[in-house]
Amino acid sequence: MTAVRALTHGFWRNLPPFRLVLGLCPALAITTAAEYGLGMGLAVTFVLVFSNALVSLLRRVIPDEVRIASFIVVIATLVVLVELAMKAYFYPLSRTLGIYVPLIVVNCIILGRAEAFASRNPVLVSAADGLGVGLGYTISLIVVGSLREILGAGTWFGRPVFGDGFEPFGFMVKAPGAFLCLGLLLGVMNAWSRRRGEIFVQT
Amino acid sequence: MDLLLLVIGAIFVNNVLLAQYLGNCPFCGVSKKLDTAAGMGLAVIFVAVLASVLTWVAHYFVLVPLDLEYLQTLVFVLLIAALVQLVEIFLKKKSQALYRSLGIYLPLITTNCAVLGIALLNIKHELDFATMLIYATSSAAGFALAIVLFAGVRERLLLSPVPPAMRGTAIALVTAGVMSLAFLGFAGMVE
Repeated sequence: MTAVRALTHGFWRNLPPFRLVLGLCPALAITTAAEYGLGMGLAVTFVLVFSNALVSLLRRVIPDEVRIASFIVVIATLVVLVELAMKAYFYPLSRTLGIYVPLIVVNCIILGRAEAFASRNPVLVSAADGLGVGLGYTISLIVVGSLREILGAGTWFGRPVFGDGFEPFGFMVKAPGAFLCLGLLLGVMNAWSRRRGEIFVQT
Repeated sequence: MDLLLLVIGAIFVNNVLLAQYLGNCPFCGVSKKLDTAAGMGLAVIFVAVLASVLTWVAHYFVLVPLDLEYLQTLVFVLLIAALVQLVEIFLKKKSQALYRSLGIYLPLITTNCAVLGIALLNIKHELDFATMLIYATSSAAGFALAIVLFAGVRERLLLSPVPPAMRGTAIALVTAGVMSLAFLGFAGMVE
């Protein structure tokens, strides 16, 4: 498997949170606006690339019995880095994302990729996989965020989309809208996969 | 009275799952049957309360005096991982019955954001020890309530003719949205 293929798999075949049903919590929680989706997605991408690379570097050193704990230490260290950097350079964003920034530690995508991919592949390929899955996740979050922001607040990346007469559909930026939006998007993606003849339904 | 409001607020209004979006992976993963959902709910209550006590003590007696608050995330997640391991070993030795009902859910809890989320919220809201204990218990109880109710709905869903593309997680998320809408109705009860 080449690095390029590992990279491109993240965009469709392993696209989180839709194809890999992992990392749902941030996908629901912080997607009230496209901008937050972008911020969270990039933070996750950063952690994913470096955790994949480090786990892959250490894969022959880490004993099998304590591998999960070791992965968590690697991931947690990277998350603390992101947290501090975000507080220093993007303070308003870090306020909005709140506890969901430290919660990147328990985002199952990262541990999932470390366990399923990085612990048995060379460094460069693992980093590419991290980048692909991370960017795929970022795109998904931006799509969900855009949908919810446009319908729920009438803006996109903070800029108004509709004229003055538009009455925002407030339901979309509240909790039920998040579940509904993600569920329906997942349904659309499944329908598309079925049309292309891919047999794929999450159970 | 304030404490009663805190309990109602944590269980219904700010439900961990449906309003704060914490712990959604197990919510979709282990909610297919009523008894596994109940097992997961109990395991989360158990671990979340223990973890809250442990992390609260660690935060106020170790991290704050040493000026190490920026290591909060790292310390909390390690504490929770170690705690889950300990609980698992302890239950295996001491209570076979409890181990058999909770055991398989315990490893999953290490990466359950509800547990870490509750621990972080305790600190964020600057709660004192007693309030923290009540808040953590009722938040975790809210998680258990939501996952058990949801499992009940999903068991019914198996018998309904769902369009093929919506089967599985897609319809589960839409159902969760409807449930979340119902819980939104509690929002008027507490500020």
